[in-house]
Amino acid sequence: MNHDPARRDFLRLVGVAVPASMLLCACGGHDTGSAARGVRSTAYFESGEMDFIRAATARLIPEDALGPGADKAGVPAFIDLQLAGPYGRAERWYMQGPWPSGTDSQGYQLRYTPAQIYRQAIAGIDKHCRAKYQQSFAGLKTDQQDEVLHALEGGKVDLGDLPSKTFFNLLWQNTQEGFLADPAYGGNRDFAGWKLIGFPGPRYNYVREIGEYGKPYGQPYVSLIGRVPGEALTHAGGAA
Amino acid sequence: MARRLPPVDVVLVGFGWTASIIAQELTDAGVQVLALERGAWRDTVPDFATDHIQDELRYAVRKQIFESPERETMTFRNNTSQTALPMRHLGSFLPAAGVGGAGVHWNGQCWRFLPQDFVIRTHTEQRYGKGFIPADMNLQDWGVTYEELEPHYDRFEYLCGVSGQAGNVGGQLVAGGNPFEGARARGYPLPPLERCASTVLFDKAAREVGFKPFPCPAANASRPYRNPLGVQMGQCTYCGYCEWFGCGNYSKASPQTTILPVLLKKDNFRFKTHCAVTRVNTDNTGKRATGVTYVDVDGNEWEQPAQMVVLCAFAHHNVHLLLVSKIGQPYDPVSNTGVVGRNYAYQITSSVDVFQKERLNPFMGAGALGQAVDEFNGDNFDHGPQGFVGGGYIALWNTGGRPILQHYLPEKAPKWGAGWKKAMHENYLTACSIATHGSVMSYRSSYLDLDPTWRDAYGNPLLRLTFDFQPNELKMSGFLTDKAAQIGRAIPGATVHEKKRGGPYSIVPYQTTHNTGGAVMGNDPKTSVVNRYLQSWDVPNLWVMGSSVFPQNAGYNPTGTVGALTYWSAAAMKRYLKNPGPLVTT
Repeated sequence: MNHDPARRDFLRLVGVAVPASMLLCACGGHDTGSAARGVRSTAYFESGEMDFIRAATARLIPEDALGPGADKAGVPAFIDLQLAGPYGRAERWYMQGPWPSGTDSQGYQLRYTPAQIYRQAIAGIDKHCRAKYQQSFAGLKTDQQDEVLHALEGGKVDLGDLPSKTFFNLLWQNTQEGFLADPAYGGNRDFAGWKLIGFPGPRYNYVREIGEYGKPYGQPYVSLIGRVPGEALTHAGGAA
Repeated sequence: MARRLPPVDVVLVGFGWTASIIAQELTDAGVQVLALERGAWRDTVPDFATDHIQDELRYAVRKQIFESPERETMTFRNNTSQTALPMRHLGSFLPAAGVGGAGVHWNGQCWRFLPQDFVIRTHTEQRYGKGFIPADMNLQDWGVTYEELEPHYDRFEYLCGVSGQAGNVGGQLVAGGNPFEGARARGYPLPPLERCASTVLFDKAAREVGFKPFPCPAANASRPYRNPLGVQMGQCTYCGYCEWFGCGNYSKASPQTTILPVLLKKDNFRFKTHCAVTRVNTDNTGKRATGVTYVDVDGNEWEQPAQMVVLCAFAHHNVHLLLVSKIGQPYDPVSNTGVVGRNYAYQITSSVDVFQKERLNPFMGAGALGQAVDEFNGDNFDHGPQGFVGGGYIALWNTGGRPILQHYLPEKAPKWGAGWKKAMHENYLTACSIATHGSVMSYRSSYLDLDPTWRDAYGNPLLRLTFDFQPNELKMSGFLTDKAAQIGRAIPGATVHEKKRGGPYSIVPYQTTHNTGGAVMGNDPKTSVVNRYLQSWDVPNLWVMGSSVFPQNAGYNPTGTVGALTYWSAAAMKRYLKNPGPLVTT
């Protein structure tokens, strides 16, 4: 059994039952060969799908002089875990037919769950990339990847009955979530997102500081599961 | 077949703000009260404890603190030429499920409506003439006046420990408060919250433009507070997790932090959770409610007989129950007759994002920490040259700086990539946003009825919403937004991005959970569902609470008025209990 309180909290927050082997992998770092040991390293994505997610999110939030990008911040693992859980299954959505299409102001009317959207979209995008560039998305040069992302955003890639814009918006929303949500969910590793903007984390009391106009807030970054969850969660290594 | 339970005196549908107040008042009057709540039990400890409630992803983004559309939702269309389609996940508004209702996840922005708001038709006709009101606008007086409600506003504010600065006590204007507010008998129970960096900027800029800014009334306790029921609240710590979260600090007023510790000790009060009321039952005359039918967590159906039924659910759920129970005449937009579902209204919001250089530390905030101007609310200004009815406040609220949903980027910033990252880096700590919060009037074309196609988990047809923003509201909101931008531009070194609200109304982006109408109050049974005491015209032992009774919406957050109306109605119920029958005869 795992007696690390940080990890127990992590499980509780993620709200998804996954084998410990997956969890360790989903939490961090770079491939340490778990796939070679025959252990599946993701909770939802197939390995080719994870290649796409890592490449695409790394373009949406690239690593640069300002700090780590989405990939290093653990966004792919975050999205993988979210899709494996109740959100990915659309458990709180009204999913009764019939399913006519409507106006933009009437909102989402597809019968796909978020997890199903990713599966269908990634297959379609790789097909599109192979036809156009003779490569999967992950194998493209970064400017070509950007070209594909812009085409998705503009609704210009054929993904069957799934508008590519719908997928792009979902991917971008989930990428931002993974970069900016509490590190307890596996993304925002080492507070990469919060350090970029200067958000100190869920702190409880600003009574003393609220009137100190213009002054930097000097306390260390915190997470719901402690001060340095990145270390607690990443040392096991092994993302897809 | 539903199993029949032993009768109770009063059954309440829902267990949020209005049910808690009614239960407290009626149990004091000596009757037995039972509340039926479709959601779960929740309390400050353990459910809102600060070791996990400050979780933006779980509560604000994944919306785990709100009702779940999976079992019950509504269908929506902008007009009758369209087919309404299900709202498959929450967006534009966020009703609650669970004990405390939306009183758990609100911000605590606790306003009074203006005296003219309650007599808006009479007032508008007198000042501007009958022809000023658009023909399709179902503008009507409330049947109750501000003066009648004043003691009840006062009770709700003292229950909640509202922090604020009075602007008008007994007709005497008080410096620093809202000079436009109706006269109040006394000041707020607590002084205003501390100001934060962005509200200081707003205050200064608004004064420069020539307006009279004041601290917004906040049901976030600025000091430790013991309310008249003897319940203790703690001082707000400005943690920035109010709206869409429960308060872990006993600082934000909710049923849990103001009433339940007293109510739950009473022998003549009971409540049940995970019990979804599916029907109000009536006898064979249709003139008397005999109780309600509900479905428990295992799917069993029960009949709960009662002498009196009070609908205390969220606005559109009250209307849904009336419609599926076939109580009152459903509204027909073609003939403009019938009342149930008539006069659905909403609010119209917009914002002006402000980019400047001073560090604002936006994460230090509170749900109702704001500074506002009221020059353009209600009829506080001459509408003659403007050609629209209604108005709203302009405020800078600093509810928090939660990173996923509360960051502002310049209009020209790239949507993603390195440019997005740079814009986030440069603006998160220094940007702020001025909000406008405008009224929406009622129209012949805005209404609620039952959907012909989709059903909820209990087999009832879904409620169908037909609604769009009308030219009157779009014009008013544009006017307000321009005034807000004027304030924004007066902030030193500011660049502003005016985000006007355009049509059509969309159910997708969050705007506000201030849905109103459908079971409106009034003095004429042809245009109202309940009389001025919130008692059903058709079924005198049935009462309807909450914003479903607003004949149209005003330019303020509704909870203060909902609380006042509930106390007003509770006082009438006590008279009714001594001598049951219609309190208003036609």
